[in-house]
Amino acid sequence: MHEESAESESPKGTTLNRRLLLSAMGAGGAGLALGALGHSAYASQKSQQVPDDQVPFYGEHQSGIITEAQDRMHTAAFDVQAQSRDELIELLQTWTQAIAQMMQGQPIGTSGAVDGSYDAPPEDTGEALGLPASRLTVTVGFGRTLFEKDGKTRFGLDGKLPEALIELPHFRSDMIEEARSNGDIIVQACADDPQVAVHAIRNLARLAFGKANVRWSQIGFGRTSKTSSAQSTPRNLFGFKDGTDNIVAEHTDDLNAHVWVQKEQTDQAWMAGGSYMVIRRIRMHIETWDRATLGEQENLVGRLKGSGAPLSGGEEFTAPDFNMAGSNGPIIPVDSHIAVVHPDAHKGIRMLRRGFNYTDGSDGLGRLDAGLFFIAFVTDARTHFVPIQQAMSANDAMTEYLRNTSSGLYAIVPGVREGQYLGQQLFES
Amino acid sequence: MNKTSTAAAVLVVGTLALAGCTDNTTQASADGAISVVSTDDACNVSTDTTAGGTIKFDVKNEGSAVTEFYLLAEDGLRIVGEVENIGPGVTRDLVVMAPQGKYFTACKPGMVGDGIRAAFTVNEAADGQEVSADRAALQKNATDQYAAYVKDQNEQLVRGTEKFADAFASGDEELAKSLYAPTRMHWERIEPVAESFGDLDPILDAREADLEDGEDFTGWHRAEKDLWAPKGYTKMTESEREKIATKMVEDTKELYTRTQSLEFTPDQLANGAKELLDEVATGKVTGEEETFSHTDLWDFQANLEGAKIAYEDLQPLLVGTDDALDEELKTNFAALQKQLDAYREGDGFKYYQDLSDAQIKELASGVDALSEPLSKLTAAVVK
Repeated sequence: MHEESAESESPKGTTLNRRLLLSAMGAGGAGLALGALGHSAYASQKSQQVPDDQVPFYGEHQSGIITEAQDRMHTAAFDVQAQSRDELIELLQTWTQAIAQMMQGQPIGTSGAVDGSYDAPPEDTGEALGLPASRLTVTVGFGRTLFEKDGKTRFGLDGKLPEALIELPHFRSDMIEEARSNGDIIVQACADDPQVAVHAIRNLARLAFGKANVRWSQIGFGRTSKTSSAQSTPRNLFGFKDGTDNIVAEHTDDLNAHVWVQKEQTDQAWMAGGSYMVIRRIRMHIETWDRATLGEQENLVGRLKGSGAPLSGGEEFTAPDFNMAGSNGPIIPVDSHIAVVHPDAHKGIRMLRRGFNYTDGSDGLGRLDAGLFFIAFVTDARTHFVPIQQAMSANDAMTEYLRNTSSGLYAIVPGVREGQYLGQQLFES
Repeated sequence: MNKTSTAAAVLVVGTLALAGCTDNTTQASADGAISVVSTDDACNVSTDTTAGGTIKFDVKNEGSAVTEFYLLAEDGLRIVGEVENIGPGVTRDLVVMAPQGKYFTACKPGMVGDGIRAAFTVNEAADGQEVSADRAALQKNATDQYAAYVKDQNEQLVRGTEKFADAFASGDEELAKSLYAPTRMHWERIEPVAESFGDLDPILDAREADLEDGEDFTGWHRAEKDLWAPKGYTKMTESEREKIATKMVEDTKELYTRTQSLEFTPDQLANGAKELLDEVATGKVTGEEETFSHTDLWDFQANLEGAKIAYEDLQPLLVGTDDALDEELKTNFAALQKQLDAYREGDGFKYYQDLSDAQIKELASGVDALSEPLSKLTAAVVK
C-alpha cells in the first residue's frame, strides 16, 4: 500500500522498462540512453541507486547466489564447440555484455529487438519487450569438462582445474541421465517473471551458436528455499516447508565459511570469491507420496506438515531435538530427512540452497514428471555435498519417493568489475 | 510418587471433565472431535461421555515432554486405541470405533507409568449405526492371519532359493532361469516385510543402480545379470557363482528366522498393502525391477497378491463400517487382476519388453485406480 503510492509518485524500476528505453534511445546505444534517462528519473534520489526490479551485475561475487531467491528459473548447460581459447573468451565477453544489458531490463546488442535493419533479424529476440527487468540474475560457471575432456586438456587451461572440481560419484539409487547432466558451462537465469528468464537463456544460446550449444536446460517455478531472512519459507512439491535452516544473505560469517571460496582454501587463485554449484534434478514420485498417510509423510520428513516445526515440538524455527525419546526410539526418526541431513550430523557443514520446483509435464504413464531441481552453492563439494548426499541416499527413508535423474558440479567464477568479462580471472591467471 | 500424582490427577481430571460437560460445544472442534490437552501433570478431556460409533480425539500436547494418549477398555488394560509420539506443542488425532460401555482415557506425559487416567463413558450409538463390540478381536485375527502368511511365504522362499542357488552355482542356466521369476514371487508377496530388515534387503534384492561406487553387487539381481548377460558383460566364474549362491541361501534363512517372531498391527498390514502397489507403480510397471530378465510381470502379480491378502485379512473390519471402500477395493483388485491375466503365457507372463507402450500405460492406470482407494485402508481399519 505504502509502497504502491511511492511507486506512482517517483519513477522507479518498474516504469523503467524496455519500451521506454527504446523510445528514448534513438540511435544512441543502450548504455547512453539509460544514462540519460536514469539521470532525470533519479534526480531526486540517491545517485547510483539501482531500481527495485534490478539486481546489480557487477560486484565481488556473481549475482543469483545470495540474491533474494526469485520465483522462476531457466538454467542451461552448454558444451563448447569453439576450438580456440580466443574464441571461447570472445563468447564470454559477448555473454558478459548481454547479461549486463538484460539484467538492466534492456534488449541486447546495439539495436535491440526492433531498431535494427529491416533486412536483418533483430539482435534481441524481443519477447521481453515491455517487461521490467524482473530482478533477472544470470550466474555463470564452468564444468570439469571445460578444463579437460577425454584425457586432454582444453583451451590452454593446463594446471587451472581446481582440485575441488571433482567428478561427482554415483550415489545409491541414482538414475542419472547423462544427456541432462554435467556440461562445460552452466548458466543459471533467475527472475520474477518466467518470460524474462527464458528470454535470457534463449538469447545467450543464440549468441553462442557455432561456439557452444545447449546440452540440456531446465525450467523451474516456485523457489524452494529462502535466501534472505525477509523471505518466508516456501514449500516443495511434497507440500512441506523446505529450506527452513538455509544460509541467508544476512549471515556473512556462514557465507564465508560455507559458500564463498576463500583465497587460502583453494589451489586456484582465480576461484577466490567464487563458489561451487551443485545441481541435482530430483524427480519426486508424486502419486505414491500423495497416497502416504500424513503420519508417514511427517515421519519421513521429521517435521510437521502444517507449521514446519520439528516432531520434537515447538515452532518452525525451533531447533530439532534428535535425542528426545519417542515410543520406538527418538521421536524424530533416525531415518527421517532432517535427522539424516541436519548440520548436527555433518560436523556443522551447511549449504546455501537455491532450488526450484519443476514440472516437465507428464511421463508416458500419465504421471507428473515433477520434483525438485536442487541447486546448492558451497565452498567445496567434497566436504559440503558428497558426504551429505551419501548419507541421504543410504539412510534417508524419504529417498524411496525420490529419483535423482541429473547431476552436475560447476566452478562458479567470481564476480566482475565494469569492463571485465565473466571468467577473466581464470584466463588471465 | 508416580501413583500419588496419578491419583491426584485423576481427581482433577474428573472435576474438569464434569465441568467440561456443560461447555462441551465450545471445546469440541468443528468436526465433533473431543479435545484433549495433555500437560506434564494433567490430562484435560473436554467431555467424559459421548455417543457410540466413530469417536475422534484431538490430542494437544501442552507439556514439555513427549506424550501419548490412550482409550482403554473397562478393565483398564486392553487398549482400544492409542496415539503415540506426540511432541511438545504438537496436536495429533486418534480415531477409534467404540461401542457402548465404560472406558478410561489416559495421557502419558514422558511415556512412563500408567498415565493420567479418567473414566469415560460411551453411550448408545446413534440410530442406524452398528458398532461391533469385538473390533479388537477382529484386528487381532487379521494380524494373526497375516503373520501366518508371512511365515508360509518365507518357508517357500527358503526352499525355492535353495533350488535356484543349486542350479545357478552348478551352471545349469536353463533351470536357474526357469526358477528365477517364480521363486522371487515369494519374496515379492511379502516385500514390505522383507524390506523392513535394512541389512538383508540390499544384499538380497538391490539393483545395480541402488549401490554406491565400490559396494558389492550381490543377491537376486546379481544372479539375474549373470543369467541374462547384457552385451559386453563377462560371466562369473564357477567359484564366483558359488559364492553368490551360498550367500543368498544364508541370508534368506536369516530372513526366515527373523520373521518367525514378527507381530503385526492392522496399520502395518494396510500400509504394507499400499506399499506393495507403490512398488508396482515405481518399479514393475516401469520395467526397472528386472532390467535383464524382463520378468517384471511376475513381480507385479506377486505384489498384487500380497496386497490382496493383507486387504482380505483386514476386510472384516470394513464390514458395516466402510462398505463402500470394501466394495471399491474388491472391484478394483479384481479389475487389475483381469488386466494382468491378459498377459499370462503358460505358467508365467509375457516379458516386459514385449508389452506395447499403450499396454503399459493401461496397466499403470489400473495400478493407480486400485492404489487410490487402497491408500484409504489404513485410516479405515485403525479406528
